[in-house]
Amino acid sequence: MSSPRKSFAAILFSTDHKVIGLQYFFLALAAVTIGVILSLLMRFHLVWPAAHLPFVSGGIMTPEQYLALVTMHGTIMVFFVLTTAPQSAFGNYFLPLQIGAPDMAFPRLNMLSFWLTLAAFLVMLSAFFVPAGAPISGWTAYPPLSGINDVTGPGEGLGQTLWLAGILIFCIASLLGSINFIATIIDLRAPGMTLMRMPLTVWAWFVTAILSLLAFSVLFAGGILLALDRIAGTSFFLPAGLVVSGELQTGGGGSPLLWQHLFWFFGHPEVYIAILPGMGVVSHILANFSRKPVFGYRAMAFALCTIGFLGFTLWGHHMFVSGMSPYSSLAFSFLTLSIGVPSAVKTFNWLGTLWGGKIQFHTPMLFAIGFVSLFVTGGLSGIFLAQPAIDTELHATYYVVAHFHIVMGVAAIFGVFAATYYWFPKMFGRKMSESLGKLHFWLTFVGAYCIFMPMHFVGIEGGVRRYADSTGAAYLAALQPLHRFMTISAFITAAAQLIFFSNFFASLKSGEPASANPWNATTLEWAADSSETGVGSSGPRVYRGPYEYSVPGAEQDFLPQYIAPDGALATEERHAR
Amino acid sequence: MSIESSGAHSRGSASVALLLALVLVVLVAATVYIFAAHLYPAPRPISQEAVLVDHQYDRTLYATGAAFILAQLGLAFAILRFRDRGQRARFTHGNVALEILWTAITLLVFVGLGILGRRAWADVRFAPAASGAIQIEATTNQFVYNFRYSGPDGEFGRLDPSLVNAPAGNPVGIDPNDPAGRDDIVVPELTVPVNQPVELLLRSQDVIHNFFVRELRLQQDAVPGMVIPLHFTADRIGTYEIVCTQLCGLGHYKMHSLLHVVSESDYESFLKREAAAQ
Repeated sequence: MSSPRKSFAAILFSTDHKVIGLQYFFLALAAVTIGVILSLLMRFHLVWPAAHLPFVSGGIMTPEQYLALVTMHGTIMVFFVLTTAPQSAFGNYFLPLQIGAPDMAFPRLNMLSFWLTLAAFLVMLSAFFVPAGAPISGWTAYPPLSGINDVTGPGEGLGQTLWLAGILIFCIASLLGSINFIATIIDLRAPGMTLMRMPLTVWAWFVTAILSLLAFSVLFAGGILLALDRIAGTSFFLPAGLVVSGELQTGGGGSPLLWQHLFWFFGHPEVYIAILPGMGVVSHILANFSRKPVFGYRAMAFALCTIGFLGFTLWGHHMFVSGMSPYSSLAFSFLTLSIGVPSAVKTFNWLGTLWGGKIQFHTPMLFAIGFVSLFVTGGLSGIFLAQPAIDTELHATYYVVAHFHIVMGVAAIFGVFAATYYWFPKMFGRKMSESLGKLHFWLTFVGAYCIFMPMHFVGIEGGVRRYADSTGAAYLAALQPLHRFMTISAFITAAAQLIFFSNFFASLKSGEPASANPWNATTLEWAADSSETGVGSSGPRVYRGPYEYSVPGAEQDFLPQYIAPDGALATEERHAR
Repeated sequence: MSIESSGAHSRGSASVALLLALVLVVLVAATVYIFAAHLYPAPRPISQEAVLVDHQYDRTLYATGAAFILAQLGLAFAILRFRDRGQRARFTHGNVALEILWTAITLLVFVGLGILGRRAWADVRFAPAASGAIQIEATTNQFVYNFRYSGPDGEFGRLDPSLVNAPAGNPVGIDPNDPAGRDDIVVPELTVPVNQPVELLLRSQDVIHNFFVRELRLQQDAVPGMVIPLHFTADRIGTYEIVCTQLCGLGHYKMHSLLHVVSESDYESFLKREAAAQ
C-alpha cells in the first residue's frame, strides 16, 4: 500500500475499511485454497478409490473421511469464500470509496466483524483435528444425523459441535457486517450521490447486506436450537421414538423438517448473498469496457431488489422431496420460476450493455463475459429443478451439484476474479499481467465447463451426490468414464489457478505501475485520494449517474461522476443541499 | 487522457474476440449434440407417472435449450460484432419498451412451464392412492431398507420403537402382543405386482433417508416421526435398484435395495412363500 511503513500490529488491528477489506480478501484466498484442495481429494478418490492420498490419515480415504470432506468443502466455500470475498472483501474496500464516504459507518464494529470471521474460520478448521474428525452431515447438517451426538456416525460428536460453533460465530460476524453496510449506504453517501446515481456494485452490496441481516439471524436462531438439542438435551428437531444404532433415544416432540425450513430460509437467500455482488461487479465492468452506460440501469437496480425479495419466498424448493405438503411444493415452484424473470432481465440488460459498444478485452472484461455465460447456463438448469415433478427425478443427484456449482460457485468466483483484476491497480497501485491474466481466463473458463457440464449427465443417469464411491448401486459403474473426465478437468483447472497466484503476488511487487484511473472509468473509487475532485477535505461531490460513457459531445469517452459540469457547479451545489 | 491514446493499447483484439466466440459456439454445439444424440438418456420409465415427468422434462428442455442457444450465441455475436475497432459506442441508457417486452416473455415462458407441469405433479401428488392400492410399509434405518406387508389378515400390527431389534429378527419393532402383527411379512427387498397401484408408507427409525428408483423418476425422503405416503403403478416387469439419496451417515453410499416388479401370479407366490417363512 502507498502509505509509509506501519507497524504490523497497526495493520493487523486496523479500523481502516481498506485494510479490513484486504484482510477479508486474504482470508478468502486462504479458504478457497483449502476448499479446492478438499474438492481435489474428493474428485481423485471418486475415480481412483484405492489410491493413497496426501493429507488423508491412513492414506486410503474412508467413507467417513469422504463425507467430512463433503461437509467441510461446502461449508468453507459457502461461508468463508462466497460470502466473504464478494461482499466483505470488495464491499468493505470499495463501497466507501464508491459513495464518497470517509470509511464505513462503524469502523470498530467492522474490525470486530473481521476478527469474528477469522475466529469462526479457525474454529471450523479445528473440527479436522479432533479425534473422530470433521462432521459428516454435509453443509446442510440435517438433524437427526447432526442433532444427537456421535451415535449417528463418526464426526458427529465434537467435530459437529465445533462446526456449529464456527457457524454461530460467523452468523454474528455477518450480522454486524451487514448492519455496517446498510448504515454506511444510507447515511454516508457524498453530496449528490442519490440512490439512482449509485454504481450497481453499491446496489448489489446494499441488497446483499439486507439479505445477510435477515438470513443470518434466522440461521443463528436455528443454530442455537440445534446446539441445545446436541448439548442441553432438548428436542427441537428430534421426534420421539428414535432408534439409532439399536439404541432407543430419550426425548422427542421435535420435527426434523423444522430445521430444514429454518436452514433453507437462510440457505436460499445465501445463494443470492454469494451471487448478487458478482452481478453488480459484472454490470460495472461490462459498462466500463463496452464504453457504454449500463443498459437499463433502473431495471438492473429494480431486478436486484426483486431477486432479493423473491429470494426469501422460495426456500421450499430445496424441500420438494422432504415430506412437505405437495400443495406447498406447488406454491414454492411458482415463486421459484418467477425469480427466473428478474434474473433473465439482468441477462438481457448485460447483452444490451454489450450491444452497440466498443468492447475492450482486458482480463476483468473476459471474466465478466464469462460470468454472463455461466450465469445463463447455471440459471437455466434451475428451471428444471424449480419444478417439483422434475426435481423428484434430479434432486440429490449430480445434476444439482452441477447446477449450483456453475451458478453460485463458478459464476460468483468469476465475479471475484473480475473484481480482482479490475481493482488491483486501485488496491496496490500496479496492474496485474494481462497475458497471464488472459491465460488464466481461458484455462479457467474452458476448464470450469469441462468439469461441470458432464456432471449434468451423471445426474440425469441417476448418479447420486455425496456417495463415497460408486459401488453402492450397479448402474453407477457406467458413469465412471464421465467422472474420470471431470476429475482430470478439475486438476487441470485447479493447476491453472497457480497462474493466478503467481500473477497476483508477482504483480504486487513488480507489476506495471498504474495511473490513478487506468481503465478510464467514471465512478468515485478512481477519484479517491486524488486532487481531481477539487474539494479537498470535504470529500467528493457527485454530479451525474455512474456510467456516463461515450456521452455525445463530450471530449472524452467517459464522464466521471465527480467532474463538475462547466458552469453548473453552483446550481448543482444548491441542488444537493 | 484522450480517446486516441487510450485506444492505442486497449483495442478489442480480433483474436481474443474470435477465440471467445469460438469457445461459446463449441459449448453450444457440444451441448446440443449430446442432448440431440441421446448420449446420456435417463433410463426407460416404468410408470405412467414417470412418463408424465419425462414429458414435462422434454418441454422444459426445449424452452431452456432455446434460451441457452440464443443467449450464448447472442453473447458470441456481440463480442465479435462490437469489439473495439475504433468506433464510438452507442450512447443509450436503455429502452423501457424492450424491458417490458422481455420481462413479459420470460414471465410467460417460465410460469407457463409451471402451469404445464401441473399434470406431472398436482394430478399425481394431490390425489390419494387409488382405492384398493396395495399398502406396503417401507422402514429405513442406517443403512438398510425393510419392507412390511400386512400378510393374510390385511392389517399391519402395532409398532413399538422400544422393541426394535434387528439381530433378533424384529428390525421394525412389531409388537408381538398385537395379533394383527403376527402374520406381517418383513423383507429387505420390495416386490410389487405389475400394473397394480401400490402405496408405500415411508418411515424412518433414526435419521432421514430416501427412497429413489430412477425408473420411477421418484425420490421421497423417509423422515423419523413421519409416515409419508407415496403411490405409483409400475407397468414393466423387471428388477430395478432402490438407492438412498439423503445423506444419512458413513454407509450412505451403499444403502441399497431392489424393486422387483413381477407378474400377478409371481406376486401371489411371493406372498405365500414369505408368509410361510415368517
